[in-house]
Amino acid sequence: MQKQPPLSSAVSIDGVGVQFRTKRADVTALDNVTVDVREREFVSIVGPSGCGKSTLLKLVAGLVRPTSGSITLRGEPVTSPRSDIGFVFQKAALLEWRTVRRNITLQGEMRRMPKAEIARRTAELIEMTGLAGFEDAMPHELSGGMQQRVSLCRALLHQPPVLLMDEPFGALDALTREQMNSELHRIWQETRTTVLLVTHSVAEAVYLSERVLVMSRRPGRVLEVLPVELPDRNDYSKAMASAEFGARTARIRELLGARTAHD
Amino acid sequence: MTHLISDGETATGRDQDGVTAVRGRRRSIGTVLARWASDGWRPLLALLFLLFIWWLITAIELAPPYLVPSPQETWRTIVENPGYLWDNTVVTAYETLAAFVLSVVFGLLAAVAMVYSRTVEKTAYPLLVLAQVVPKIALAPLFVVWLGFGLTPKILIALLIAFFPVVVSGYVGLRSIDPEMLDLASTMGAGPIQKFLRFRFPASLPHLFSGLKVAVTLAVTGAVVGEFVGSNKGLGNVILEANGNVNTALLFAALIVLSALGVVLFLLVELIERLVMPWHTTVREASVTTTS
Repeated sequence: MQKQPPLSSAVSIDGVGVQFRTKRADVTALDNVTVDVREREFVSIVGPSGCGKSTLLKLVAGLVRPTSGSITLRGEPVTSPRSDIGFVFQKAALLEWRTVRRNITLQGEMRRMPKAEIARRTAELIEMTGLAGFEDAMPHELSGGMQQRVSLCRALLHQPPVLLMDEPFGALDALTREQMNSELHRIWQETRTTVLLVTHSVAEAVYLSERVLVMSRRPGRVLEVLPVELPDRNDYSKAMASAEFGARTARIRELLGARTAHD
Repeated sequence: MTHLISDGETATGRDQDGVTAVRGRRRSIGTVLARWASDGWRPLLALLFLLFIWWLITAIELAPPYLVPSPQETWRTIVENPGYLWDNTVVTAYETLAAFVLSVVFGLLAAVAMVYSRTVEKTAYPLLVLAQVVPKIALAPLFVVWLGFGLTPKILIALLIAFFPVVVSGYVGLRSIDPEMLDLASTMGAGPIQKFLRFRFPASLPHLFSGLKVAVTLAVTGAVVGEFVGSNKGLGNVILEANGNVNTALLFAALIVLSALGVVLFLLVELIERLVMPWHTTVREASVTTTS
C-alpha cells in the first residue's frame, strides 16, 4: 500500500484515565493514555485481559466517560454517546427477532435514512460480505462467523467515518478467524474508513493494522505504538510468512511477555 | 434440530438452507395448529386412557354412581344442559379474561416502573414478594363484603392472583437484555423510547410469555374461588350448587367444562406467543411450562 498523505486526526485520545469504583476499592482501568488515530488509518489495540482495551473503545464511542483527560472524535469532543460511528461487539449482538436483512436495515431505520438508500446499502454490504442467500435467515440459523458478518454489515450501513471493533472475532474458530481477517482487510480497503480494532490476537493485529498499540496490564498504559508495513497484505499467507510479520509479532510478544514477567 | 449454516457452504447449498429458514420462521395460524395436531396425539391418547379407567371404575361399580357418575352420564348432563352450562361458562370466562387483561396492563406498568426507577424497584420489589406470601384467596370473603355479589370482587381476586407472575416475568424479561444491546442502540442514536420499543421490550417477550401462561391459568382459579365465596352465577357457583344437591353428574360436567375453559385460554396465550415470537428457542423446541 502506498502511504496516505497526512490527514487530519479521526480520533484523538489525550491523557485519558478511567477509574471504576467497586465495593472494595477504586480500580484504575486506564492511566494517562494518549493516542492519535489518523483518518482512514487502521489501528489495533492489543494487551492482556483486563487492561482496559474495550474501555478505550467505549470511551471513543461516548459509552463510558473518562475520569481524566479528553477524547475528540472527528474534531468534536466526546461528551455523550456518539452516533457517527459503527460499533462491532464481541458478541454479534443481533436482534434474534429480526432476519439478517432487517438486522442490517435497523441501523438505517434508527437513523431515519431514506428507504431506498437503506435497501441499496444493505444489498451492497450483503454482497460484499458474502451473505447473499441468507438475507431471510434468522440469526440463530447462522454460524458464529456469519453472525459476525451481519454485525459488520450493520456497523457499516451508514458509512461511518470511524469503525470501532471490540474483539469481533474472539469467539470464532482459528480458520474462520483467518478468513474473516483477510475479508476485513479487503472491506477496509474498499470502504476507506478509520478502524480501531481491539484484539487478543497478536497475529490479527499485525496483519490488519498500520499501527499496533500495545498496552500494559491494569492499570492500562500505552507501552509502545508500533508501525507495521507488510509487503503484500492482499495475500494472507504471504503476508503472514513475511519477515516483517515475524519481526513485528515477535516484538509485540516480547513487550507483552516482558511486562507480564516483572509485574 | 437447529439448522446451522456454515461459513464454507457453496452456493448450491444455500437455496435449500434458505427454504429451511423460511419454513422455520414464518408461522401462520394454520402451521401452528398443524403443529399442535401433530404434537397433540400423545397427550390425547393418555387422556383417553384415563377416560377408560374412569369408565371402568363406574362399569364394575367400584364406586356408587352418586359418588362417581359414569362418563356417559356426565356427557349426557353436558348435552342436556347446554344453555345453562354455556351461560355460566361465559360468566366465568368473562371474569377470567377481564382479570387477565387487567393483570397484564398493571403488571407491565409496574415492571416498567421498577426497571426504570431504582427507587420504585427498591421499594416495590420486596413488598411484592411479601404480598405473594399473603394467601390472596383468603381475601375473597372480604372483597364480597366490600364489593357485593357482582362480578367486580371475582375479577379483583383473579387479578390479584394473576398479577404476580406477570409483574415478575415482565420485570425479569425487561432486565434480561444484554447491556451491549443498549450500547449498540446508543451508537445508533436511539433515545429512551426507541431503546424500549425496539430493544428492551422485544427482548423481554420470552420471559413475559412464560409469566402470562401461568397468569392465565391462575386467573381461572381466582375467578372460581371468587364465585365460591359469594355468587349466583358462573361455573364456581354451578359446582357449589351441584355439590349441595349431591348432583355429582352436574358437578363432574362443570369440572370438565371448567378444565376445558382453562385449556382453551392457555392455548390462546400460547398461540399468541407463537405468532408474536416464532424466533424464540422455547417455541422452536417443545416448550414446557409449569403452573402452580
